[in-house]
Amino acid sequence: MSEHLANSSAGISFIVNGEKRTVAAHGMKRLLDVLREDLHLTGTKEGCGEGECGSCSVRMNGELVNSCLVPVLQAEGATIETVEGLGRAEALHPIQKAFLECGGAQCGICTPGMLMATAQLLAVNPHPTIGEIREGLAGNLCRCTGFKRIFDSVAAVVVEMDATAKTGGAHAG
Amino acid sequence: MYAMPQPVRRSSTAQTMSTSEKTRIVGTAVPRKEGVDKLLGRARYLDDIEREGMWYGATVRSSIPRGLIRSIGFDRRIDWTEFTVVTVADIPGRNHIQLINADQPVLADGMVNHCEEAIVLLAHPDKHKLREAVDAVNVEYEPLMPVLTIEESERQETIVWGADNILKSFLLEKGDVDAAWAQAAHIVEGEYRTGAQEHLYIENNGVIAEWSEGNGITVWGSLQCPYYVHKSLLAVLDLPEDKVRAIQTETGGAFGGKEDYPSTLASHAALLAMKSGHVVKMTYDRMEDLAATTKRHPSRVRHRTALDGDGKLLAMDIEVATDGGAYTTLSSTVLSRATLHSPGPYVCPNVRVSSKAWATNTVPYGAFRGFGAPQAIFAIERHMDEIAAAIGMDPVEVRRRNFLHDGDTTATEQVMREPVILDKLLDRALTESDYYERQKRFAQENQTRAVKRGLGIAAFYHGAGFTGSGERYLNSLAGIDVTPEGRVRVLVANTEFGQGTNTILSQIAAESIGIDYDDVEMAPVDTNVVPNSGPTVASRTSMVVGKLIERAGLQLVGTLRERAGLREEFTREEFFAACERLREEDGAVISLCRYEAPAGIFWDDQKYRGEAYPAFAWSVQVAQVAVDTTTYSAEVEEFWSVQEVGRVLHPVLAGGQIEGGIAQGIGYALYEKVVWKDGRMANNQMTNYIMPTAEDVPPIHVYFEEIPCRFGGFGAKGIGELPHDGPAPAILNGIRDAIGVGFNAIPLLPEDLFAQLVTQESKAEVSAV
Ligand code: FES
Ligand code: FES
Repeated sequence: MSEHLANSSAGISFIVNGEKRTVAAHGMKRLLDVLREDLHLTGTKEGCGEGECGSCSVRMNGELVNSCLVPVLQAEGATIETVEGLGRAEALHPIQKAFLECGGAQCGICTPGMLMATAQLLAVNPHPTIGEIREGLAGNLCRCTGFKRIFDSVAAVVVEMDATAKTGGAHAG
Repeated sequence: MYAMPQPVRRSSTAQTMSTSEKTRIVGTAVPRKEGVDKLLGRARYLDDIEREGMWYGATVRSSIPRGLIRSIGFDRRIDWTEFTVVTVADIPGRNHIQLINADQPVLADGMVNHCEEAIVLLAHPDKHKLREAVDAVNVEYEPLMPVLTIEESERQETIVWGADNILKSFLLEKGDVDAAWAQAAHIVEGEYRTGAQEHLYIENNGVIAEWSEGNGITVWGSLQCPYYVHKSLLAVLDLPEDKVRAIQTETGGAFGGKEDYPSTLASHAALLAMKSGHVVKMTYDRMEDLAATTKRHPSRVRHRTALDGDGKLLAMDIEVATDGGAYTTLSSTVLSRATLHSPGPYVCPNVRVSSKAWATNTVPYGAFRGFGAPQAIFAIERHMDEIAAAIGMDPVEVRRRNFLHDGDTTATEQVMREPVILDKLLDRALTESDYYERQKRFAQENQTRAVKRGLGIAAFYHGAGFTGSGERYLNSLAGIDVTPEGRVRVLVANTEFGQGTNTILSQIAAESIGIDYDDVEMAPVDTNVVPNSGPTVASRTSMVVGKLIERAGLQLVGTLRERAGLREEFTREEFFAACERLREEDGAVISLCRYEAPAGIFWDDQKYRGEAYPAFAWSVQVAQVAVDTTTYSAEVEEFWSVQEVGRVLHPVLAGGQIEGGIAQGIGYALYEKVVWKDGRMANNQMTNYIMPTAEDVPPIHVYFEEIPCRFGGFGAKGIGELPHDGPAPAILNGIRDAIGVGFNAIPLLPEDLFAQLVTQESKAEVSAV
């Protein structure tokens, strides 16, 4: 990486949850910290800082990444989605609704990452089998649920999204 | 400190009857109280909180397991004037965390007794400067011989705690064990071991502390027991009660790991805040959290059992030893629970349990879901299968012949007054898992396949609430108030960390008052706002605290009827109008209830006899296991869990508790190994301390049999710990069923399977020659 980029104070720009943001941060600062500290998007969590737990998962250019492993300079020009962009209190995203109803969140600390992993999984594969759900979420650790109700939640989203598609309704994301 | 308000006058009509038959809210799957905040990512966990001008704290820790501190040097390459430095000399009060024994220093005083023991604390406004500074504090030691295992501690050649290394011991005796051996048709012996287990909550420990002359110390933290923290801060900082305040923030998992440890971390952050004059945040990264905080006690349990010719238990002689680590923390109560769970759910006329918690120079072990029971139940439930093999009986049948029933007495002579339905649970588990059909099929398939399958069973109870007289000593106070804004609040110090405290207590409050779930909220867990309703541990929240809230709700309605003209049947509007009439008279609308020990419950702490627990939750679990005899890996393929936990307050949350506990139990059995190197955890990362992932946890089937319990909130008993008790023995019994080899130690990783199987094979070859 060039000295210029690493010490960039001119700013690194990217789109977060549909909004263009520019931050003046060291290029090697972790995307996780930029989201949490510079942009105050604290929904994205740190569980391990070494790419193992997935609680820092965000979507970047349509891929799921562990934001604790991404130096922010790699996010220059990228499109990033975090939990804050998923839904609102008055209009939960179908994934959030399903996790709420099916018991997919207990302590909630893995939840933002799990929701983003689910969004990624369903974007790539709208009708995953249970095996594909397990595989798709294998990078996201949950210590509370034993995963079963997380799988149930994902399955419920699929049903809900199919029903909406049939009735002609549209869902974001 | 919580200032006790004038309680609502006791009303004669406020009977503490249980309204558990027909319910509108209890027993339904209402949405989790704090669920929407968690799903939107706006729930505020400790590390999400930033304060203006906040500093950050870090800890200089011992690099050796035991030794004298010769000197503490501060490297000149650091400008120390930028930092706040706290050593033991800065502690205004007592240098001890206030748990059962006050033996654990807040900061090492001239001596260290385990690796990672805190010696010096540093604070700085820039958190990135702290790591280098921690490395620039040079502690010189005169190392002393450490004691690192139960066996080394037992030898008592090196004394590292008290006069004899014994943190606590118990002796429980029923009948005459020594006289029983002569009549025995069979005597079966076994030794069983369990390793340390890490909680691995995904949110690490963290605390923020703020000091001011006027308000004293306030700490916010990811914690289970605000009043434990409160108690330690009073002593460590030498402050009066009204100058110490502890507040729980949203807590990202705990499992017991945030029961005792936050008292230490809060003391550290408070000392830095006091000395620096700044708000100080201390959060651990994963490596520090794994290396420095508590874990599940390792154990060794020996059984010697006498049986008659029909496979009925005549005598059980049990010796329990746990590794407590360097300081007592909660080792005595963990040992107590291990002792009381070690004979299993069986009737036996003659029982002796001799148990000891041994001090070693490792990080102190602490509370972890199950609290000694998983260790004890691993031993007895593995032992039952060894008994079955030794006497040539089906493991299911041995258990059935010895199960406790109504009217029987346990090892502490506690009479089973409430229904015990072990037979029913067992039958259901066998039916749901199609146990015998599967077993038959596996026996056939195993003859020709490298992957061998088997089924294993575990039957067990878990005592709900504090052991023995514990609840009486706790003397919990909890209640309900109504705010002028028309919100009904549950006032408890019991914390939500995923298990559903907020939801079930709100359900109970709404149900007992007769209002909507949405009208109820939880008061903030802040020692200035809520009374001490006891710690959130020991599966006591739904049963003990739930009952207090149920009573408080009925009491409130009774008072409103008597003094504020509330009619027998009332609408929501009438309820809140009556509350306002009461407020005009009393200034507040609040209903508090104190714990009342159930009548006829008696416990003798000295003799260790009597009613050990007000109620027991019961379970039978079945594990289907596959052992690949070419790769030496064992895997759980399917799991069934049938339990009786009293009334199920919330089906989704209850199911989630059971499944989550089973997943942790599977990790305990087959994945999670703490690797020790010279007294320090060597694999303190998520890359090498492995927990089960979404791909590892098998399909889990959960079934409840409900028998409302008269001591619990709307009939609930404890649920949170029970499911973790059974998986390890069920899985290892399944391995025995699959390959005919009994393993007596967990965790059982492929290398351990390999080691024992290869040794056995070579032994078999030798004897065949
Ligand atoms: S914090 Fe990024 S993977 Fe754990
Ligand atoms: S809900 Fe607690 S870690 Fe997943």
